Amino acid sequence: MNWNDMQPVLHDGILDTLFMVGWSTVYTVIGGLILGVLLVLTDRGGQLQNTVVNKVVSVVVNIGRSLPFIILMIAIIPFTRFVVGTSIGPSAAVVPLAVGAVPFFARLVETSLREVDGGLVEAAQSMGGGTWTIVFKVLLPQALPSLVASLTNTVITIISYSAMAGALGAGGLGSAAITYGQQRYDTRFMLVTVVLIILIVTVVQLIGDLVVRRLARRGARAAAPVRLLKLPKARETADEAA
Amino acid sequence: MTDIPVITTTGLTKVYRSGDREVTALDGVDLHVREGEVYGVIGQSGAGKSTLIRCVNLLERPTSGTVTVAGQDLTALAGRGQRANPALRAARSHIGMVFQHFNLLSSRTVQDNIELPLEILKVGRRDRARKALELLDLVGLADKAKAYPAQLSGGQKQRVGIARALAGDPKVLLSDEATSALDPETTRSILQLLRDLNRQLGLTVLLITHEMDVVKTICDSAALMKGGRIVEQGTVSELLATPGSELATELFPVTGEATAEDRTVVDVTFHGEAATEPVISTLSRTYNVDVSILGAAMDTVGGKQVGRMRIELPGRFEDNVVPIGFLREQGLQVDVVGRTAPQTPDATVLTKEVAK
Repeated sequence: MNWNDMQPVLHDGILDTLFMVGWSTVYTVIGGLILGVLLVLTDRGGQLQNTVVNKVVSVVVNIGRSLPFIILMIAIIPFTRFVVGTSIGPSAAVVPLAVGAVPFFARLVETSLREVDGGLVEAAQSMGGGTWTIVFKVLLPQALPSLVASLTNTVITIISYSAMAGALGAGGLGSAAITYGQQRYDTRFMLVTVVLIILIVTVVQLIGDLVVRRLARRGARAAAPVRLLKLPKARETADEAA
Repeated sequence: MTDIPVITTTGLTKVYRSGDREVTALDGVDLHVREGEVYGVIGQSGAGKSTLIRCVNLLERPTSGTVTVAGQDLTALAGRGQRANPALRAARSHIGMVFQHFNLLSSRTVQDNIELPLEILKVGRRDRARKALELLDLVGLADKAKAYPAQLSGGQKQRVGIARALAGDPKVLLSDEATSALDPETTRSILQLLRDLNRQLGLTVLLITHEMDVVKTICDSAALMKGGRIVEQGTVSELLATPGSELATELFPVTGEATAEDRTVVDVTFHGEAATEPVISTLSRTYNVDVSILGAAMDTVGGKQVGRMRIELPGRFEDNVVPIGFLREQGLQVDVVGRTAPQTPDATVLTKEVAK
């Protein structure tokens, strides 16, 4: 296969991959945040302490996390058909991708939210804040850098899942790699798809890191831009001895 | 300061259960904080003072007993459920609270931190900003509105915490070890700020602390907590008037022993009721006695002297009945150190034995 033959295949593959990853990320963020917040709120000592809900959500999340993705994808084919009408193609792949990634992200969200200092929740309560305030004005904003880092990991996992989904007729770069690279023994093609996937992952990671750094900067003591060559100017002393 | 109680707890009890073990953190606490005063609760860690202050705004639900703040019975308001209902939340928004570790949101600027309670009260954007800047000005941080908490020093963070606590125009400010994470100098400036706010806004302050200095610096009244109970409470002068008061001894420690056999050692307590007259020098001149001061812990509060002084008079007690009578006439409490019998019918108060 020469470059001219490869181009349209790769072009479609990239678009399909981005489509699958993009939409399943959207659903994963929504689902993962809801479940993650629920796990924290319903836990012992939480705002909406409810052992039953907590246990149920926890078990569902654990099951979702334990199933190998390829098994999960096959297992929920009836559900996928029910939702999309088909089990083949990028749109259909969004369903198992989201179902597979939601529990993964939910646990990461839970961990991030638990890292928020309990004193802040208490402060919000002392001001008369309710659950809504605590979730949207304290927990989520305070955990944002950590949530973004978790999301970066999740998106990268979804990308690798999406390549796997290619084996089951989802389309995208994974499917192209299998059809052309593996089944036709076209090593060059295989190499190109792998490099493309690496590129996508790298770009996602870079963007994620950048956002995290931006968000973390407001919390950092040195808000001034880092100077590599010049020594930073002495800041005026922050202490208010006066 | 008035006599209207603004915070009252009656029979406040909190029992923590973990497994089959029970820990009584509060054991029938009756607290009375009057409007406009600075009230300090002091005690060692584990005495239950933190639980007490957190029970006042029901961050911690008491096992039994009632809490009344500004005429509202919060315990009745809260009902039985564990979740804070709207009525309790509304009441909380008018009780300010400051914390040992400031508890500022690192994701928000100083101004946005102060606006948070106003957002909860659903105040409009413009009014929020106006109020926040006003409060920043009040705590002396007008230039830090756009800074993030991480860029501030500890003292500045606590000032922001105080400004935030004042956003809901509270009548009552609860201070949970607000100065315990600060160095001595910053502690003084924060206490000064609390004092100023107390005077300017008529704000009632209930603070808990483990530092006697804090009580000494700003408190009108104090309570000593031990093992979940309040063992002593009252205004500083009431405490001084209480024989054997541990708090008074701690607040105004005096030591010193007689320099010779035939001397009389006397503890003179100034309650703050007596006018500021140079009592000791008057005594010395009138009766021609040489008074030596062995020790003293005195403060002048609002032009009145408060504290204790240990003085030594030449001669035995029998020789000093008249000078001691004079001191009593001045409205001072006089305790003869090392004697057990009261000299006048009304002076039932006697000092504890001085360690030999």
